[in-house]
Amino acid sequence: MNQKTIFARFIRPSLAWGVAILFFFPIFWMVFTSFKTDADAVKPEYLFLFTPTFENYVNMTENYDYWRFAVNSVITSVFATVLTLVVGVPAAYAMAFDPGRHTKDILVWMLSTKMLPAAAVLYPMTFLTKNFLGIFDTHFLIIIVLSLINLPIVIWMLFTYFKEIPKEIIEAGKMDGVNIWGEIKDIVLPLAWGGLASTALLCFIFCWNEAYWTVRLTTTEAATLSKLIEGNRAPEGLFFGRLSAVSTAAVGPIVVLGWFCQKQLVRGLTFGAVK
Amino acid sequence: MASVTLQGVRKSYADVGVIHDVNLEIDDGEFVVFVGPSGCGKSTLLRMIAGLEDITGGEISIGDTVVNEVAPSKRGVAMVFQTYALYPHMTVYNNMAFGLKQARLPEPDIDRRVRAAAEALHITEYLDRTPKALSGGQRQRVAIGRAIVREPEVFLFDEPLSNLDAALRVNTRLEIARLHQRLGATMIYVTHDQVEAMTLADKIVVLRDGRIEQVGSPIELYENPQNAFVAQFIGSPKMNFLPAETLAKDTLKALGVTARPGTMVGIRPEHFRTTAAAKALVSATLELVENLGEYALVHLLTEAGKEIIVKMDSPPKQAAGEVIHLTADKASLHRFDQDTGARIS
Ligand SMILES: Nc1ncnc2c1ncn2[C@@H]1O[C@H](COP(=O)(O)OP(=O)(O)OP(=O)(O)O)[C@@H](O)[C@H]1O
Ligand SMILES: [Mg+2]
Repeated sequence: MNQKTIFARFIRPSLAWGVAILFFFPIFWMVFTSFKTDADAVKPEYLFLFTPTFENYVNMTENYDYWRFAVNSVITSVFATVLTLVVGVPAAYAMAFDPGRHTKDILVWMLSTKMLPAAAVLYPMTFLTKNFLGIFDTHFLIIIVLSLINLPIVIWMLFTYFKEIPKEIIEAGKMDGVNIWGEIKDIVLPLAWGGLASTALLCFIFCWNEAYWTVRLTTTEAATLSKLIEGNRAPEGLFFGRLSAVSTAAVGPIVVLGWFCQKQLVRGLTFGAVK
Repeated sequence: MASVTLQGVRKSYADVGVIHDVNLEIDDGEFVVFVGPSGCGKSTLLRMIAGLEDITGGEISIGDTVVNEVAPSKRGVAMVFQTYALYPHMTVYNNMAFGLKQARLPEPDIDRRVRAAAEALHITEYLDRTPKALSGGQRQRVAIGRAIVREPEVFLFDEPLSNLDAALRVNTRLEIARLHQRLGATMIYVTHDQVEAMTLADKIVVLRDGRIEQVGSPIELYENPQNAFVAQFIGSPKMNFLPAETLAKDTLKALGVTARPGTMVGIRPEHFRTTAAAKALVSATLELVENLGEYALVHLLTEAGKEIIVKMDSPPKQAAGEVIHLTADKASLHRFDQDTGARIS
C-alpha cells in the first residue's frame, strides 16, 4: 500500500471525523445539558448519568416568554431578508449588467464597510435611535439595521450570480423587446433562481443569528431570541440548564432550516463554485 | 422589407475609435456579408445596426427611418447570435414565442407563426424541450427560428456557424441561403470565413481596423481587389505576392506587363501554370506537396527566398528539391504598390 492510499483511506477520514466532532461537540453538549436541571448541570457526578427533565423547556415557555422572542426573531429576519433583497436585486442587477467606470470600486467599498468594528458606532446608534429618532426597541429599527448589515454581502453574492448569466441572453431579450422589469422577471430571476434562493437563505440565517445589535438596540418590544439568550446568561454560571434550553430552542429552527437546504447553503457560501 | 444606410458611422469606446467613418448602402433584399480579420469591428458594426451599441457619430437608417435613437425591438431587425443566446429556462416554443408575446400579438397568431417556423426548420418535434436537451445544430435552428417568427425586415447574423462542425456548417450555410431566397428579406451576415462570404453574399464588405477596404460582389473582389489586403483576404489559399524585381523581365515584357521596382505582383495559386524554363515568369524549388485528391497544393521557394503556393490539378512530376518553372496569364497578374498596397491599374 503506498503513501497516498494510506492517507486517503485512514488519515483523511480520521481528520474529517476529528474536525466534525470538534465542531459538533459544543452543540451536542448544549442540547444534552438542556435536559438537566440547573442544579444537576454543575455537579460532576451527573456529568453523563442524570435524570432527563423537560423542566427547562416548560419553564422557558411559561415564565420567560419564549414565543414572543421567537415571533420577533421571525418577523425581523423575514422582513429584513425581504427588504435586503428588494434593495439588493436591482442594485446588483445594475452593477452586473450596466457597470459604470466605478462599479468595481463601489463593490469593494461596500465590502469594506463590513470591516468597520460595530462597536465604533454603538454610541451614535444608541443615541440617535433612542433620543433623537425615538425608534429604539422597535421592529422597524431592527429590520433596518439587519438589512443594512447584510446588504453588502447580499449585493456581492447576487452580483456574482448575475455575472454568470451570459450577456447575449440579456441582449436577445432586448432584441425581443422586453422592458426592464420583464427582463428582471422573465430572464434574470429565473436564471439566477438558485443563487437567489441561496442568498436569501444565507441572509435569513445571518439575520436570525445577529446578536450584537439586536441585543443592544432592544429591551422588550422588539427583542429577539439572541436577546433571550443574553438575558438568561448569568456570569456566575448558575443556570446552565436553563441557558442551554434557551439556546437550543433559539438555534433549533435555523438548524432545521439549514438541514433541509444544505445544497443551497453550500452553494451560497461558496459563491456558486460548488454545483 | 427595407434597405439599410450607414452614413459617416463612427464608434469609440472611451477615447479609442473602433469604427471610423463607415458609409454603406445596403439594398432591400440584399445579402451582405461583413468580413475581416478578428478585431476589425464587424460585430461592433452589426450590433450598432441592431441597436445593442450606441452610435458615437453618423446616422444609421433602416428603410426611410433614422434609427439612431430607436430601441432594438422597434427597428424591425432580428439577430442570430454566435452563441445562440437561447433562453435556457424556456422551452423551444417559448423561446420563439417570447418576442411575439412582448409585442402582445394575439395568441393564435403567435401559435401559427411559431409552428410555421418550426415546420420550416424541422424542429417541430423539439418544441417542448428546453435548449439544454438539443444539439448544437438544433439550437442554431431554434435561434434562427426565433428570428424568423418576428418577420423582421432585416436579419442580422453574427458568425452563426462558427460553433458548428464542418459538415453541419455546410448544411446550415445552404439553409440560410434558401431562407434568404424564400423570404427575400435583407440579411447582414458577419463572418471571418471567406468561403461563407463568397458563397452567401450578394455583396461583400471587407473591413480592416474599423474602415471599409472594399465593397463589391464576390466576383468583383476576387477579380479586382482594390488593394493587397483585400486580395489576400479573398480567395483560398491566399494570393501570392512577388516583388517585381524577382520576376523574369523578358517574360513580363512578352506578356506586356510593366512592373516598375517597388511594385508587388499578386498571383492566385490557381492561376499559375507550369512552363518551359525560357518562358518562366518565376522559377522555384519544390518543397512540399499536399495532395487533396481533386487538386494538389504545391509549396515552393523562389530563388529570392519567397514562399509561394500553387494549386495544381494533379501533383507535379518533380521531386522535392527540383525546380519548377511557372507562369500565368496577363489577366491574372495583379499589381500593387509595395508601400501603400494600392492597386496599380
Ligand atoms: N466594450 C468594449 N470596450 C472597448 N473596446 C471594445 C469593446 N468591444 C469591442 N471593443 C474593441 O472594438 C474592436 C472591434 O471589436 P469587434 O468585436 O467588433 O471585432 P470583430 O471584428 O467582431 O472581431 P471577431 O472576428 O474576433 O469577432 C476590437 O478592437 C475590440 O477590442
Ligand atoms: Mg465578432
